[in-house]
Amino acid sequence: MTTGALTTELVADPGPERAAPVVTRLAKPDKRRSPEDSPDRGIVSPNDWRRPRIKWTWRISHGILLVLLIIVGLGPLLWLAKSAITPTVDTLQNPMAIFPHGVDWSTLSLAWNKVGIGVQFMNTLWIAIGSWFIQLLVATTGGFALAILRPKYGKIINALVLGTLFVPAVVLLVPLYLTILHPPLVNQSLINTYWAVWLPAGANAFNILLVTRFFNNLPREIFEAAKTDGAGPFRLFWSVVLPMSKPILGVISVFAIINAWKDYLWPFLVLRDPGVQPLSVRLPSLQQAIQLDVYLAALAISTLIPVVLFIIFQGMFLRSAGLGGAVKG
Amino acid sequence: MTNLVFLLPLLIVFGVFSWTPIVEAVVMSVQHTNLVTPATFVGFDNFVQVFKDPLFWTAVRNTGLFALLALIFGYPLPLILAVLMSEVRRGKGLFSALAYLPVVVPPVVAVLLWKFFYDASPTGVFNTVLHWVGIAPQPWIQNATSAMPSLVLEATWAAAGGTIIIYLAALTGVAPELYDAAEVDGSSIWQKIWHVTLPQLRGVLLVTLILQIIGTSQVFLEPFLFTNGGPANATVTILQLIYRYAFENSLGGNYGAATALSILLAAFLAILSFVYFRITKSWSDN
Repeated sequence: MTTGALTTELVADPGPERAAPVVTRLAKPDKRRSPEDSPDRGIVSPNDWRRPRIKWTWRISHGILLVLLIIVGLGPLLWLAKSAITPTVDTLQNPMAIFPHGVDWSTLSLAWNKVGIGVQFMNTLWIAIGSWFIQLLVATTGGFALAILRPKYGKIINALVLGTLFVPAVVLLVPLYLTILHPPLVNQSLINTYWAVWLPAGANAFNILLVTRFFNNLPREIFEAAKTDGAGPFRLFWSVVLPMSKPILGVISVFAIINAWKDYLWPFLVLRDPGVQPLSVRLPSLQQAIQLDVYLAALAISTLIPVVLFIIFQGMFLRSAGLGGAVKG
Repeated sequence: MTNLVFLLPLLIVFGVFSWTPIVEAVVMSVQHTNLVTPATFVGFDNFVQVFKDPLFWTAVRNTGLFALLALIFGYPLPLILAVLMSEVRRGKGLFSALAYLPVVVPPVVAVLLWKFFYDASPTGVFNTVLHWVGIAPQPWIQNATSAMPSLVLEATWAAAGGTIIIYLAALTGVAPELYDAAEVDGSSIWQKIWHVTLPQLRGVLLVTLILQIIGTSQVFLEPFLFTNGGPANATVTILQLIYRYAFENSLGGNYGAATALSILLAAFLAILSFVYFRITKSWSDN
């Protein structure tokens, strides 16, 4: 069996056992659903589904649920999209009316160019890319060393890494801030540089946990085979392990980018210069300074990328979210 | 040697930005630090100072209230929705996507948007909707009594989708044979939910409960951006107090008090989780 086939099998078909490793189960491609994903029955029995009264009770309650979900989940976003292109006066006087006096598209370009949302947008992107790269670098190299090379002291390092999961982030707030102010070895404050956000993002124990679990479940025979073929650890890492790890790298990437987009307090503390701030930090200070319609346009632009990413990578998002619970559980 | 090369990024990043700061937090909580003169050991002075701060107990009460309201609003709801959604035959993906959508909205945008919705004037968004059903305009975040519930409402909206997805994943793990067996015993739908579904979800339910408490005890964004602790300190939380000690002090950061309070919070949460898992261990074992 070739490496490629083994990988696909491992990734695509974790088998029906409930004890299947969480990470491989998550890596399943969307189209091939195992019976586990869509059981042929749930709480309501197939017999009950055939009884009209029960069938219609469920159908109606699902209909009501769908309407509620649309109002609560989609409603605020639709309102934001509408109000982003509605003149201020209309939004203030009658916030629930749909374009009572027409559409004003100029708010979007005003927000992007004059208010500088375009700059903040690129900053956010830059922060996300850097955090993503550092997280991937730390997680893959560290995970490779801990799960595959397995040095003697690996267990201690692993314990120290996982131990940080139990420390609430707030404990780090002040000392981390002072570290950024006076970093070791570098004789220069990192305040207002992206390193202040990128580097601490790399210290993510959850990533290490995910990657070491995934690597631990890769078949070790492949590594032995690669070694006998004369592959050194670097080649093993780059040409064997990384290509096999695409699913888990995808999950970490989604988490990394979304977190960079979401983060507020930390970038707020270390990026004081508006020129380098991401959207999340800049938006609250705009509130008082600009017209309401332009402000709402800025909010709408800031929401666009995460929502579009979600719509495109829906399956991966939802599996990652479920995984969050599975790992914590 | 190669091992070390591969471990280097992890060791540097965790060493400098995680392990050292954690140790420093403990050290700084018993020191007086002002970044100008060398730090001096002051014993438990910082802790005493925190306990003597009249805002401390206000913050503890408010944080407790937030956590409690978040449990009442936000703990049963995702479970009920997930159980309902798990029975959807067609278009389940649409239901999950709609439920998860608020989680995707950047939290800052969500808070700022809701802040506008909460406009207390009769033409505010929520007040307009209330007017349709004949309810008088509400003060929302402008009033000390209604401010905290308003914050919790937004926080629940923003977080419920994530929990729903976790429950939905757990629900697919319930073996259909258990329902078959329950039906042989003549169980109704409610009995099946009560005697099969909920016990099967017990493990996940117990974990999401404590994780939610740990999360809501550290609430910062909502009180900071909605009300900045007001009105009349009704929404000052523990994290806000830490932030104020460290970064909003006109006399320079009171890093000692800030780290002391964060250590107190971490210790409280550690003890709480320990006791929680001790008590619930006997329930979650089969």
